[in-house]
Amino acid sequence: MRVTTFQELQDVCLKNNKKIYEVMMSSEAESGENTEYHTRLQATQSLLAMQRAIKSGLKSKEPSISGMSGGDCAKLQKHYRKNQSLFTPTLRKIMTYALATSEENVRMGTIVACPTAGSCGIVPSVIISYAQDNKISQDELINALITAGVIGKIVAQKLSLAGAVGGCQAECGVASAMASGALTQMRGGNVIQVINSVGLALKNILGLTCDPVCGLVEIPCIKRNAFLAIHAVTASELAMADIVSVIPTDEVVDAMAQTAQLMSPLLKESAKGGLAKTKTAIELEKGVNG
Amino acid sequence: MSNSTVIDIISPIMAGPSSSHTAGAVRLGLLAKNVYNTNFDKVVFKLYNSYAQTGKGHGTDKGLLAGLLGFGVADKRIKNIFDTPEAKNIKYEFEFLEDFNRHPNAVDFIFDGELHMEISGNSVGAGEIEIVKINDFQTKLDGKYNTLLLIYEDEPGVISNVTGIIQENQVNIASLYCNRNSNGKDATMTICMDGELSKDQLKRISNLNDMYIVRYIKKLEN
Repeated sequence: MRVTTFQELQDVCLKNNKKIYEVMMSSEAESGENTEYHTRLQATQSLLAMQRAIKSGLKSKEPSISGMSGGDCAKLQKHYRKNQSLFTPTLRKIMTYALATSEENVRMGTIVACPTAGSCGIVPSVIISYAQDNKISQDELINALITAGVIGKIVAQKLSLAGAVGGCQAECGVASAMASGALTQMRGGNVIQVINSVGLALKNILGLTCDPVCGLVEIPCIKRNAFLAIHAVTASELAMADIVSVIPTDEVVDAMAQTAQLMSPLLKESAKGGLAKTKTAIELEKGVNG
Repeated sequence: MSNSTVIDIISPIMAGPSSSHTAGAVRLGLLAKNVYNTNFDKVVFKLYNSYAQTGKGHGTDKGLLAGLLGFGVADKRIKNIFDTPEAKNIKYEFEFLEDFNRHPNAVDFIFDGELHMEISGNSVGAGEIEIVKINDFQTKLDGKYNTLLLIYEDEPGVISNVTGIIQENQVNIASLYCNRNSNGKDATMTICMDGELSKDQLKRISNLNDMYIVRYIKKLEN
């Protein structure tokens, strides 16, 4: 059957005692969209590309094409080598991997748009770090990535995942919800906990604007990937404690779609408002696009 | 709203930094290459609006050229495309323009060579693209289907002749779009198909009377 809402997804999973990724793969296979083989194949290829992006991002200090960014991942790694942190090793890894991937993106390295290029650091940093530190098998990791895809797909049915349409809530916000649900699944959370992770993560990013400096996917996007990767972990922690989103996840998505419509176009990827029109941004613009 | 699949959400694997401004640009280049489909002496890229303003920082110019040279969205050569032997072998120019009647991410490809052809396209978000105009004809190509594009002298019966040949192999037509240019003499047909057209079918369609341009454009792989 065709699954279009989180409630339906939950019902089908519980009724048939299936996991989220299993339900959606068979739904898409049934409707002739993609066979389970193809979905798993793409997920495997995407996962390998994500791992490669992290690896090269960790080693590089090369700046972006505009010269405005690059080098923060190196700084963070240096800091963690020398100093105490409030974060556990896994959380430190998540922050570092998120920056590594996003910086790799702005230097035209190869990344996976997940769901978009601007938000490419969030899902991989969360799921790969957790898997590395908790002996999660490659198969389980692929299942987690497919579940992340299912979450993005259901949101995308109500709201286009593009900053120009939904602001950053539709890019980094949705990536964070995808990462959160995938993480909860890997931690052994049940389907209700996974879907609550999504609702909790999304509720906290409603209205997030897309106002990139010089119109480029750099400021504030790169650092936001690190912030929203940790945000995904926070939502998963709450959900694993059986804390629920009082507003059901589907209704949160509705609120997000409405918020997207109410947001000014000046704050949706046009670089005509917010951070993009600050004094410093205007100065930077003269150097970059002038 | 959209009918994305799980695969759409967790892909493509691409050269950064932007799905619309980098990967979308590569895909527009690939599609334009398939529409022109012959050797050219020179190509001019006209970038409009956001493509013009933020194109350099996003590598939009590099992406368009890479696509035109047949490189895919994840190709490592995109970053240094201007230095590749493939790019040094052709003549190209970029123009950066503003025209608010056009899409925010619009581009024109102007080919000169065996054939003069102007192709206009847009990058509509998340790597999705469309070619909307070829010379004076409105069209609609998005690279998602194997597509037959015909420009021909308008006369009765052409549509049924063409669709008749397509249906011989049980190939299903997903969409059909026809349009006539302003003088009413020439027409265009864009047919998106679920299956594949054979060489023989294509040859027979090309041999129909008064076909000026016949292109079979394979769907984009990524």
